[in-house]
Amino acid sequence: MSEANLALAHQFDDPEQQLDASTTGMWVFLATEVMFFGGMFLGYTAYRLAYPEAFADASNLLDVWLGSINTAVLICSSFTMALAVHSAAEGRRQKIILFLILTMILGAIFLGIKFYEYYHKYEEHLIPGENFTYAGPSPRQAEIFLSFYFAMTGMHAFHMIIGFGLQTYLVIEAWRDRFSAAYHTPVELIGLYWHFVDIVWIFLFPLLYLVGRHL
Amino acid sequence: MAARVDALFFFLVGVSAFFAALICIVIVAFVIKYRRRSDDEWPDEVHGGMWLEVMWTVIPLGLTLVIFFWGAKLYFVSRHAPPNSLEVTVVAKQWMWKVQHPEGASEINELHVPVGQPIKLMMISQDVIHDFAVPAFRLKQDVLPGRYTTVWFEATKPGEYHLFCDQYCGAQHSGMVGRIVVLPQPQYETWLNSNSVAAPAMTSGETLSRKLGCDTCHGARATGRAPSLVGLFGKPVKLQDGRWVTADESYLRESILNPQAQVVAGYQPIMPPFKGRISEEEMAALVGYIKSLSREEGELAQK
Amino acid sequence: MNAQPLEQRQHYLNVSYGFKSWLLTTDHKRIAWLYLISVTFFFFVGGVFATLLRLELLTPQGDLVQAETYNKLFTMHGITMIFFFLIPSIPAVLGNFLVPMMIGARDLAFPRLNLASWYIYIIGGLFTLAAAAAGGVDTGWTFYTPYSSIYSNSNVALTVVGIFITGFSSILTGLNFVVTIHKMRAPGMTWFRLPLFIWAHYATSIIMILGTPVIAITLVLVALERLLHLGIFDPALGGDPLLFQHMFWFYSHPAVYIMILPAMGVESELITCFARKRAFGYSFIAASSVAIAVIGFLVWGHHMFVSGQSVYAGMVFSLLSFLVAIPSAIKVFNWTATLYKGSISLEAPMLYALGFIGLFTIGGLTGLFLATLGVDMHVHDTYFVIAHFHYIMVGGAVMGYMGGIHFWWPKMTGRLYPKALAKLAAITIFLGFNLTFFPQFVLGYLGMPRRYHVYPPEFQVLNVMSTAGASVLAVGYVLPLLYLIWSLRYGEVAGMNPWKATGLEWQTPSPPPTDNFEETPVVTREPYDYPAQKPQAIFPQGAAEHV
Repeated sequence: MSEANLALAHQFDDPEQQLDASTTGMWVFLATEVMFFGGMFLGYTAYRLAYPEAFADASNLLDVWLGSINTAVLICSSFTMALAVHSAAEGRRQKIILFLILTMILGAIFLGIKFYEYYHKYEEHLIPGENFTYAGPSPRQAEIFLSFYFAMTGMHAFHMIIGFGLQTYLVIEAWRDRFSAAYHTPVELIGLYWHFVDIVWIFLFPLLYLVGRHL
Repeated sequence: MAARVDALFFFLVGVSAFFAALICIVIVAFVIKYRRRSDDEWPDEVHGGMWLEVMWTVIPLGLTLVIFFWGAKLYFVSRHAPPNSLEVTVVAKQWMWKVQHPEGASEINELHVPVGQPIKLMMISQDVIHDFAVPAFRLKQDVLPGRYTTVWFEATKPGEYHLFCDQYCGAQHSGMVGRIVVLPQPQYETWLNSNSVAAPAMTSGETLSRKLGCDTCHGARATGRAPSLVGLFGKPVKLQDGRWVTADESYLRESILNPQAQVVAGYQPIMPPFKGRISEEEMAALVGYIKSLSREEGELAQK
Repeated sequence: MNAQPLEQRQHYLNVSYGFKSWLLTTDHKRIAWLYLISVTFFFFVGGVFATLLRLELLTPQGDLVQAETYNKLFTMHGITMIFFFLIPSIPAVLGNFLVPMMIGARDLAFPRLNLASWYIYIIGGLFTLAAAAAGGVDTGWTFYTPYSSIYSNSNVALTVVGIFITGFSSILTGLNFVVTIHKMRAPGMTWFRLPLFIWAHYATSIIMILGTPVIAITLVLVALERLLHLGIFDPALGGDPLLFQHMFWFYSHPAVYIMILPAMGVESELITCFARKRAFGYSFIAASSVAIAVIGFLVWGHHMFVSGQSVYAGMVFSLLSFLVAIPSAIKVFNWTATLYKGSISLEAPMLYALGFIGLFTIGGLTGLFLATLGVDMHVHDTYFVIAHFHYIMVGGAVMGYMGGIHFWWPKMTGRLYPKALAKLAAITIFLGFNLTFFPQFVLGYLGMPRRYHVYPPEFQVLNVMSTAGASVLAVGYVLPLLYLIWSLRYGEVAGMNPWKATGLEWQTPSPPPTDNFEETPVVTREPYDYPAQKPQAIFPQGAAEHV
């Protein structure tokens, strides 16, 4: 376990300041991401208030079981990510790598299910645009719902793919023994990012999948 | 209305000129009086007064509140037409104005109106957002696709006035201009009679409704398949999902284009959609016809 | 005081040479230069578009360019100037150079992210230039739907991608500033000892961080609607074109505060230095910056009074718009009061500073006209609006930028520029500006719509005046370009503190060493502590307590 990799950037006075600044930076970045997704949530809300029935009907087109599985998968991946951060704080190299890889596997399962859902929609001609065909009432508003569905879950999936890349970087760095109890800032920061991606999904899932559904 | 807008405008000019001049004069005076005479000048500290800060916060705040209320009042009046307004339909498209009088006359890029009569414009666009602007009347309102917007005015002086499109709408945006022609009442009547080429909106709307088969379900002998249109306009309507909406022009338009979106409580969703089958002018005629059914009912009820 | 010629001492400019040392630099001062060159380039590109517009408007007919070309010119003038000049200008040039120095730090919190910000800005700029080369875009910088999402035949998607990318440059710069100001202040630099320039940039950064992502997602949705025919704003599908306007203005109104707050920060530095006074009402000026940032997020609907938005929403937005004007008024009064019993010197930066107060005051007062519902319904979308925002953005923000460049030029380069020429340029800009834009207030009141390629002949005289002013203004802008470049080689060598200003940046040599300070300063004094006694030397904030 090497502590010599404690790289103190020249603009900082001490490692505490560096960690503090880096963490603050990530929180500020996540605030911008809230605003970014927030724009789509705003648009979705406006149309849901305007067309409640059409949105409920269109929501039933989504597979609530797959969505629920995905939610569970993603929550688990947040758990494994937290364990990875904890392992980093303890300086346990093998456990960091193990939990990161588990997180990535769970993330890959999520993405796999997501793309299966997308493909299903493609086969049913439910992708908004020229080939959109919808047999139920209010096809135009259903198309708006699905536009938001694809935009929001697509943007979310894109963020997950980026997270995937970041986790790959972490695995490589961990394997090179760059992290220790004294220095594991990247793991913490990327952990924060991953938790954020999870939270966005926790909002997306009920808003998109559970409109008008009863137990 | 134009005079009232001007009064507020020039009040603002006065206030602005006063404050701008005040600041400029004070600055010039300070720059002259306190100009640096030698490089070794280091002035004493001046102690700020809280009272000064409070004063120059509160006074502007008070002024702006006065201006706000005055402006809000004018705006409110401009957006609520008096009940005896003459309704004129305006359909905007790239890059022209189509005007439809209720008595039947239709115009392109021109609007003839009588003096001293409130005119309410019901406007919609066939494509992008436009804006109906008459600077002489201090009048402006965006014209949207998919939804009616309204504005009203009452011309007080005969003459011709510029009509501009005031929301960028593409290549010929600056060509989408016209004129408002204000005529004394007698001349307006003459103009109207010689220009009524189409049947009045009411009758043409009625003809259209029969042609399109509306009467089959909504007519007087309808068997309860569809809600009655008599006395419908302006009334609250309960929808299938429990919500209440008001049967205004936009509701009528939406219900004709896409009936499934807002089904009335207690009825089956069997009305076919008319999207793509009627133009905005025809839609305006239908809406005008349905509105006339409420007026007639009102007149009957009074008798 | 540093009396050595520049060449013998090592500083951030001569510590290394060559393209790589500049293009891969992480020194915030060099990155500021990278931005300076880029924003100057985009300023002149936007200026060329404006020149063509004003030339066309000399005559009522459309005789210089076709309607479609004209529409592209005003669109690209707006996009270039707003996204590629005004929004970066002061923060990315002066902010990048000065924020670490003013707080006593060696660099920003994230230097590599700072460099990445510049590259992101350049890539976004290249996309937009590509769109211009491919034929331009004609939607107006406001991209209203459904024209932009469905009807326009121009390069909308390419342009919005460029703006989207550049937005991230803004976000990352804001992020860098916020973390730096929070976490990297020198010992003794408490919040209320910060220069007002820092307060202004802090408030600006909050807006950049919270507002820019919203326009990013809005433009993404427009691009998706165009490319994939998703129907989000399409009225034919039941989409609401007003939703676009709400989302667009939710960012674009705070964006104007991104453009003016930094200039207000510069203003506070200039007025205090050239009047040799403490800032009158320091805490009020600081608080007003934050107030403007916060309230600025609540007023976007004042761009939509005649859009079909509800009358009651209009009233709420109008009231809030009046409220946001008050903090700006407080600043103007406090700056004026700072001059009282000062020792005022009319160097070029001060000329810009005084011009700023006058022009910003007029611009701000005419904003009241637009906030007034009953008046806006007459002047909305006319030349009155154009005159208003140019008074603020050019008479305010650009004057602030020019004043700041002239003030900190000796610090950045170690050179002074010819003073008489600089004053001449400042006066030329002031006069040319007023001649260009004041007639437009009248044009707007008379009803001339904006974005008009042709106009009724009765508007011609005022248009000719405006174009005449524009030609004077152009001369005023070209002059500094020439003499500032000249000064790099032939200008008089500047000392550490040629203006005898307070502020930590004046406590270190001109140009500064790479790490800004020989030793981290310790702050013991208030800001702008132009002392009462006649001093032997100046007392920058970091100096030991004067006996």
